[in-house]
Amino acid sequence: MFKRAWRARQKLTAAAVAYGAVESDSELLRDLRSAIGPARVLAGSAEKVLYGKDASAIEPVAPSVVCLVETVAEVQACVRIATRHGRPITPRGSGTGLAGGTVPLGRAVVLSTTKMNRILEIDTDDRLAWVEPGVLNLDLSKATIPLGLYYAPDPSSQQTCSIGGNVGTNAGGPHCLLHGVTSAHILAVEVVLPNGELAMLGGTGADSPGLDLRGAFIGSEGTMGIATRIAVRLVGNPPAVRTLLADFRTIREASNAVTSVISAGMLPAALEMMDANCIKAVENWAKAGLPLDAGAVLLVEIEGSEEGAAAEAEAITGICRNEGARSVRMAADADERALLWKARKSAFGAIANLKPNYYLHDAVVPRTRLTEIMERVLEIAEQNDLMVLNVFHAGDGNLHPLLVFDKREPGVMERVHRAGTEIIEACVAVGGVLSGEHGIGLEKRDYMHLVFSELDLAQQAILRNVWDPLGRWNPEKVLPSGVRCGELQHVPEGAWV
Amino acid sequence: MSVSFARSDASPALRAFAADVGAEGPVRVVGAKSQWHRGRVALTDAREVRAPSGIVSLEPAELIVRVGAGTPWDELDQALSAEGMLCPIDGPSPLSTVGGLFSVGDSGFRRLRYGHVRDLLLEARYVTATGDLVKAGAPVVKNVTGFDLCRLLVGAIGTLGLIGEVVLRCRPRPQVQQWLVSRTVDPFAVRDCLYQPSFIGWNGQQTYVCLEGSAVEVRSDTQTLARLSSDWAETAMPPFPRGRRLSRRPRDLRHAPEEFSGGAWLAEIGVGVVHLDASFPPSAFEQPGPDPAVRSLNADLKRAYDPTGRLNPGVTP
Repeated sequence: MFKRAWRARQKLTAAAVAYGAVESDSELLRDLRSAIGPARVLAGSAEKVLYGKDASAIEPVAPSVVCLVETVAEVQACVRIATRHGRPITPRGSGTGLAGGTVPLGRAVVLSTTKMNRILEIDTDDRLAWVEPGVLNLDLSKATIPLGLYYAPDPSSQQTCSIGGNVGTNAGGPHCLLHGVTSAHILAVEVVLPNGELAMLGGTGADSPGLDLRGAFIGSEGTMGIATRIAVRLVGNPPAVRTLLADFRTIREASNAVTSVISAGMLPAALEMMDANCIKAVENWAKAGLPLDAGAVLLVEIEGSEEGAAAEAEAITGICRNEGARSVRMAADADERALLWKARKSAFGAIANLKPNYYLHDAVVPRTRLTEIMERVLEIAEQNDLMVLNVFHAGDGNLHPLLVFDKREPGVMERVHRAGTEIIEACVAVGGVLSGEHGIGLEKRDYMHLVFSELDLAQQAILRNVWDPLGRWNPEKVLPSGVRCGELQHVPEGAWV
Repeated sequence: MSVSFARSDASPALRAFAADVGAEGPVRVVGAKSQWHRGRVALTDAREVRAPSGIVSLEPAELIVRVGAGTPWDELDQALSAEGMLCPIDGPSPLSTVGGLFSVGDSGFRRLRYGHVRDLLLEARYVTATGDLVKAGAPVVKNVTGFDLCRLLVGAIGTLGLIGEVVLRCRPRPQVQQWLVSRTVDPFAVRDCLYQPSFIGWNGQQTYVCLEGSAVEVRSDTQTLARLSSDWAETAMPPFPRGRRLSRRPRDLRHAPEEFSGGAWLAEIGVGVVHLDASFPPSAFEQPGPDPAVRSLNADLKRAYDPTGRLNPGVTP
């Protein structure tokens, strides 16, 4: 079965990627407009550019058409029409992905869920909410916090990223250190499957019968269908929160402090690091009072009872001082806490003031290897004559080295790619993985064989092929092409900025 | 670039397990048989194999442990305790194996605080129906590198692959554990007033609470509970009825006394799990199965991963 499905998938992909090998778009557009009305079927050149990319450094690839779906029935209708016309389908949330996961290949039909943005139900008894996939992450917590509950996964893009997109990538965020990533907070997902059928994966009871298809779907990056309704688990607002900013002379000291905190038997809600370059870029914009002469800062958040949070804050302050912190500042109130988090979460935006382009990695390393890997990252950047900024989830070992550059500079792309590859190889060499929260998408798929053997990847390919035997859903993402045959291909020439 | 991961990093015990499983003939993985009835439809003859036992590596600074799937969970718990670590799993018997617990996928009693057992599995090395030793996931605490086969293996009862070794996420072991019982307090009121209790149980007459954390945290929680009632008493962990395990929406447990009036039961408040004793007839409380599209996907996955049906024959998750 697998071989048959694989051959079918290869055939479709080859046909779809070769532009012009399928029919013109006019009949497709006619059918889609007939199904959901002309106003929400976008096919203009500007719209195709806009929906042809995400927030990564990968160049836009124009889709055939973008459908702004509003209902389950519309999703199903669009899926059936696209399938009938032999077109790939790329589901899309807010387009804030950082791995090219929603770059639509093969003259795809893009299904955008931004208009499916209603919070359908908040159940304070069962501490859950039913939402449509286009609901923005932060909007959900804003709606639930007054009720004593919040949605824990909080990507830095939470003001603009959607819950559906979070499900697609199994997104993380600073507070996932204590509370876990998206998968731990999704109870059920209503999905339109690649065959157009509607299925409910998981449920709102304690356990669901059968295999954990919910878990398999989360993080599948649009390759196994599209979420149309999602039940999320909500967490009780903590009685007390303490936020600390520890100022270190060097990254080494800060990294050692991370290891010491975990080793001391404490797991804060968040444990984030920013290095000197990042501090300067952020402080210039956010004015949060970050120490401009620091080598690194740790932002630590502790949740618990009043007494418990206070005691843990004191213990972590002591550990930071022992590891060389020059000062440890505790946010005095909610406003100061919000300012510190604004600085942390706006780091990517602040970088625009330095250089017009950036290339971001998302590797994870064992926490105890942070110190050496951070030194190696700085060394790689220096060897390739590139500026690197580091702002990342240190408690999880989830790095975010940001290589900033100006693509107009001759030869810079070659150095960026070389440095990126070297960083990934260094992380994998110490037992790490390619991505902690952004996903693989198009950007990292060709590195998958660094982490997995051919047999491992074949097991993943089976999963994908069962859901989507023809490989029509978000083709060419996550798994290296031809992984079963050992013919690892590379991201298409010219795909990068 | 070079391929950095190869099967050469597998232990001899793991390779021997893969050889035992082989590539042909019906085969069944056996742990302590403490949950032998789970998923059973009609057991047929099959060769029995056992996964490796023993802790491979234990890393307090990483809060992870690598362990053979055939290791009794109680043995693992004691080793973790000695290092100040906790992996919040527990089984019906001290001899229940780690692999058995994850294959069945039932969460332990601490789910209210620590979440579902499936979120503890960081890496699984398993043997496929073709006898190949493969891995899913990685020994890091955050990972979205590829499709999530670990989630699929938890609860599959060995029907997609036979787990030989796992890497588990651990937590700092709480300094203090305190069990309390009350005859007057509404368990749902406990749920509303505590931030992160490890367990709230209710059997219709008594409300049980397990508090864990630092001494300061536990003291703070006991003071909060004292504001609800003065009849809290220290107790041991209550016995869990081991006849059957049912799933409900947490809110529906308010009606548990009426629904389960025919025998002894203990409900996990805030979670929705109900433990029943053996006095209830097997036909009672039939749980609805998945919808047709989901049932079809389940069957397709089984056929794709195990085309000849040789892995744990006669069992359906």
